[in-house]
This record gives sequence, structure tokens and C-alpha cells, in this order.
Amino acid sequence: MNKIKSLADLKKLQSEVQSKIKLREKGDSPEQLVQIKVSMATCGIASGAKETMNFLIEELDHQGIDVIVTQTGCMGYCYAEPTIELTIPGKAPVVYGFVNKNKAQEIIDKHIKLNEMVDGIIPVAYSTIDNK
Amino acid sequence: MKDLSLHILDIVQNSIRAKATLIGIEIDEYPNENQLIITISDDGTGMDPEQLKRAIEPFYTSRTTRKVGLGLSLFKQNAEMTDGSFSIESELGKGTKVTAIFGMSHLDRPIMGDMVGTLLILICSSDEINYVFKHKTPSGEFEIDTREIRQTLENVPISNPDVRLFLKEMLQENLEQIQISE
Repeated sequence: MNKIKSLADLKKLQSEVQSKIKLREKGDSPEQLVQIKVSMATCGIASGAKETMNFLIEELDHQGIDVIVTQTGCMGYCYAEPTIELTIPGKAPVVYGFVNKNKAQEIIDKHIKLNEMVDGIIPVAYSTIDNK
Repeated sequence: MKDLSLHILDIVQNSIRAKATLIGIEIDEYPNENQLIITISDDGTGMDPEQLKRAIEPFYTSRTTRKVGLGLSLFKQNAEMTDGSFSIESELGKGTKVTAIFGMSHLDRPIMGDMVGTLLILICSSDEINYVFKHKTPSGEFEIDTREIRQTLENVPISNPDVRLFLKEMLQENLEQIQISE
């Protein structure tokens, strides 16, 4: 059986990761990165926002795309959960509804990689959650 | 909610909204007493007695985006459905503590679910909030404090993909070690 990972192992990983980070330090300020906020309130969680978020993080990492994925509160579109807000740098944020794994894959392949919007956008005069 | 890990993820969102900086999540299994106790505590803004009384009402919420607030109600209902109990304590300026006791072997008790996934989402999505997670079973105890992890990581962000993968394996292995029940 493998030894259980401990903080000492984490320390080893830390030095490895640190050297990698230094190599790509430039141009990585949060404003220049694509951002995804997953709505993670009772409505979102009950509809599967957790799977969606874990899928987004793992798939984006797998494809080597640098995107900030965070959680946010309820945006008021409880009927359309799980919802995500996608912000491409320099553009207005877009909210997608009913984002299951398939939809998330489509959004990554088309919107994030090719900058083509896909079906499922919630069309409103939208202001970000922070202004509500 | 399909399982208890989703409930925990949901209740912790309340703490995050209450501007907590340290959130404690504790799961205690007592199969002999037929109890599974989940405690979530935070050092957030807390509630006054009036708000506290209304907090578990399904039609009370502090949000403005919608008019219902079901998180605590659903958690309470699920606990009580298993011959368990539910309590919430809060003090303005100090924080809030939610305790739910489930009948561990009760047929209606939801399964634990993917607790590792819940912890990863919570731990990796904020740089300001720290978590102390404890899980106790008859076979042992596991505790993880994100303040220690941050200290070890120094300036490497906790949301780094390699770190996330490490934490995932670390959590899985440790929870397996103490033989957590479903």
C-alpha cells in the first residue's frame, strides 16, 4: 500500500510547482484570463452545479487552458440551474443556463476556444452579481 | 439534495455569504449510538435573535435575487426524517453554528456522497477563507487545516491544478484510512 500523502509530500510538490509557475509568470494577471463563475446556491447545487464545476476545472486543466473557475451565489435564474457566467477578457459577461457536462464541454470547445457563442445563453439586460 | 456532501456544500455557502474567514466542518460517526453528526461553524457576521428565528423558514432569505431560502429547511427536514435533530446557534458579530444529527442506520438517511469533491470546491475557490475539516469514525480521525496547507505552499496558489490533484488524492487516502461509511 502507498504511504498516505502528508504535508511533507506537499512541500516537495510546492517546490516543483513553484519553478513551473515562474516560467509562465508574465501575462497571467486575472483580468487577462477567461473567468467562469458557477452559481453555487441551494438551487444550483440541487441541480448538479458541483459536477459541472468539477468537470469544468478538470477538463480545462486536462486541455491545458488557463481559466479561473470560481463559485458565486444565486443569480436569480433558479429555473435554469446549473448556470455559469463566462467572461472573456474585454467582453461583456455571458450567462449560460442548464449547463450539464455536455453543455460545459460544448462551451469549452466552441465559446472558450473558438470564441463562438453556443445555444443556452440567458438573454437579459444583465448586470454582474456584484451590482445586485 | 441527493446526498449529505451536497447539503454541506450548500450550508457552507451561508457562511461564505456571512463573510466568514474560518469555517469548520465536522463529521462524527457513532454507529453504536446510531448517530451521524454534522457540524458547520463559522466566524462570520452571525445573526440577531430575530433573524435566527426566521433563518430556518423556507420563505426567509437575506438575498434579493429570489424570495425563497431552502438550504437550512431542507437540511433540517432530512435530519428530522431520520429520527435525528437539528439546531442552529448564532451570535451577532461572532458567528454561527449549525448542527444536524442523523439517524445513522435509518433508511431515509441520504448517503454521504462525494465529500472529497465538496471539500475541493470549497478549499480551492477562495484565497481568503480557511477551512478546518474533521471526520471522526470508530476507526480513527482525520483532520485537515487549510491554514497549514497554505503555509506549506507559501506563494503557490491553492487553486493550482497540481496542488488540487494532490489534495484530492490526500483527502481520498485519508478518508479511506479511517473507513468512513457511505
